[in-house]
Amino acid sequence: MIKRPLVAVALTAALAVGAAACGGTTKNSSGSDNSGNAATSGKKADPNAPLKKGLKLAFLPKQVNNPYETIVDNAGIAGAKEFGGTAKEVGPSDASASSQISYLNTLIQQRQDAILIAANDPNAVCGPLKQAMSRKIAVVSYDSDAAKECRDVFINQASSEEIGRSEIKVMSDLIGAKGKIAILSATANATNQNTWIEFMKEELKKPEYSGIQLVKVAYGDDDDQKSFQQTQGLLQAYPDLKGIIAPTTVGIAAAARYIDSSKYKGKVAVSGLGTPNQMRKFVKDGTVKKFELWDPANLGYLASYAAAAIASGQITGAEGETFKAGKLGSRTIGKDGEVILGPPTVFDSSNIDNYHF
Amino acid sequence: MAPEAPAKAPVARPRAEAPRPLTRFVRWDVIVTALLIVVFLGGAFGSSDFATSDNLSFALDDLSEIALIALPMTLLVVAAEVDLSVASVLGMSSAVFGALWDAGWAIETIVPVLLVIGVVAGLVNGLLVTRLGLPSLAVTIGTMTLYRGLAYVVLGTKAVAEFPQNYADLATKTVPGTPIPYPFALFIVLAVVTAIVLHATGLGRSLFAIGAQEEAAFFAGIRVKRIKLLLFVVSGVVSAFAGAVYTLRYGSARADNGLGMELAVIAAVLLGGVDFDGGKGTLGGVVAGVLLIGLLRNLLMLHDVATEIQSIVTGLLLIVSVLTPRIAAKVRETRRHHRGSPSASS
Repeated sequence: MIKRPLVAVALTAALAVGAAACGGTTKNSSGSDNSGNAATSGKKADPNAPLKKGLKLAFLPKQVNNPYETIVDNAGIAGAKEFGGTAKEVGPSDASASSQISYLNTLIQQRQDAILIAANDPNAVCGPLKQAMSRKIAVVSYDSDAAKECRDVFINQASSEEIGRSEIKVMSDLIGAKGKIAILSATANATNQNTWIEFMKEELKKPEYSGIQLVKVAYGDDDDQKSFQQTQGLLQAYPDLKGIIAPTTVGIAAAARYIDSSKYKGKVAVSGLGTPNQMRKFVKDGTVKKFELWDPANLGYLASYAAAAIASGQITGAEGETFKAGKLGSRTIGKDGEVILGPPTVFDSSNIDNYHF
Repeated sequence: MAPEAPAKAPVARPRAEAPRPLTRFVRWDVIVTALLIVVFLGGAFGSSDFATSDNLSFALDDLSEIALIALPMTLLVVAAEVDLSVASVLGMSSAVFGALWDAGWAIETIVPVLLVIGVVAGLVNGLLVTRLGLPSLAVTIGTMTLYRGLAYVVLGTKAVAEFPQNYADLATKTVPGTPIPYPFALFIVLAVVTAIVLHATGLGRSLFAIGAQEEAAFFAGIRVKRIKLLLFVVSGVVSAFAGAVYTLRYGSARADNGLGMELAVIAAVLLGGVDFDGGKGTLGGVVAGVLLIGLLRNLLMLHDVATEIQSIVTGLLLIVSVLTPRIAAKVRETRRHHRGSPSASS
């Protein structure tokens, strides 16, 4: 009973392979099918159009109940109230590639005026997003971009260049522009970190930083234990080290923990990118004077205003257009429809208690 | 069926078992179908966005893979087996799809290759279960992890996109004039075939026999091992094909595609009234179960019900679906005892 069906399957497969050998749809033959890039070309922007009242916005984060995304979305929802709109947050409980699709379809059915999405997969969300745009729904991606032909604008939390350069500025302030520093990064091939480090090296070439010497880039692989050991290793190799820059939230916390418990406390400055909740203790006890991160609340707020500007016809997502974003002032759309949030926020003992994430 | 029942009982039983309206309606698959109708009507009257052909086609398309895999899963569960590796086979199939597409293969060649991979995956499951006599729950928990691991070996954490539009359309567009997407239309055809096999052929009866009493089925001359092996192979092939559908539908081949989907499939099968211990169930119930889960989810989403509440609703429904038939059976049993012969129950 079993043999015949198996033979049938094998035969069908063989036949199909044979048929396909005569020619088929391959990556190369279908290349031209996918170049539907100019999604926004047909629309016209009216920079003086007022923001419409009663706009319906929906935030679709990577997953709900993620503290970071909750801050972003709540700030966006509050922002929408300022211009007389209503916003809500919906989303899946897991951050898998496809879990956002059914939510997108639902939002299209509900005829929202704008969908704001932190995409789990830049391509998987593309189909429904295109459909949304074809129904005149404004599509704004934030935090994590969708493929660029599938959204109107992307709100980028911070430009890589600004992050890299400001890291050096902060460190220079902390050590009086003089001495040896090291970088504690994530993995050796992490795209984000490597770009930032390139800009840090670039910034160090400026004459005002001539007294600073970058002695080593260490990799803690975004693993708490390993980052801790790497910090220890750095200080054994360079006992006269003045500062450590850790452009990763795992690294900065591990470095601070090591310095906090060692004889180097107060002698070695730690800075980098961290979250206030994680770093609060070290800021309070003086181990860490300053660190940076973009403000997630402003990210959501800006996204909200961008969505309203598109839905009201003020902008279409083309490079060079400007729009007003409430208390953040005006923003200009850059290359590939990207809007940059601005320089990262510096956290220190004076402002850290205002942030809870 | 109690063996110690007195000789008098068999005479009384046929009369007790004659179809009476009340017990007829206690059948779970009938209840699920009724629930489905209630949800549909409730949705249609409660929200203007629900019963539109657009929304229904979205909801059905969303169910494509779960629905397809639920068919072989029904056959397996009826035969008192289970295949937990289905979602991993789907993921592995999607990863291979992506890798081959990236390497410049034609889709017309890739899909048959995926089906062959499905056959092999199913054979591994089936042979481990039938030749080594291992429980399918344990075997397929193992291969679930194994196949998912292989998917990551093939594609790593990257995603392959940019599939041709005509094939993507095949996975998302509806049959002209209906709100039924092509993958779901395929499901309907396969469901009819499966229903005929399960309820109108000797093979189908063999499955129920195996599920009810494997040893008895064996001694009755049913080729238990071969049939089970066939079921696992079919499950593998259908899951691999669902992987191709999934990949084209989302336009993104990834190793983590379909993560956790095996539970959604099994939930739909159980909700459809198939007994997890085997031997009982109808395909109609499963189709209703699949639709009920999908439409209910869609309806809750349209009403902005939080994800947590959605899971709670599905979870409770599932527990009720497993409990109700057992309670109904208990009720029937006690009633039969009372009716049968007073002397036996003393």
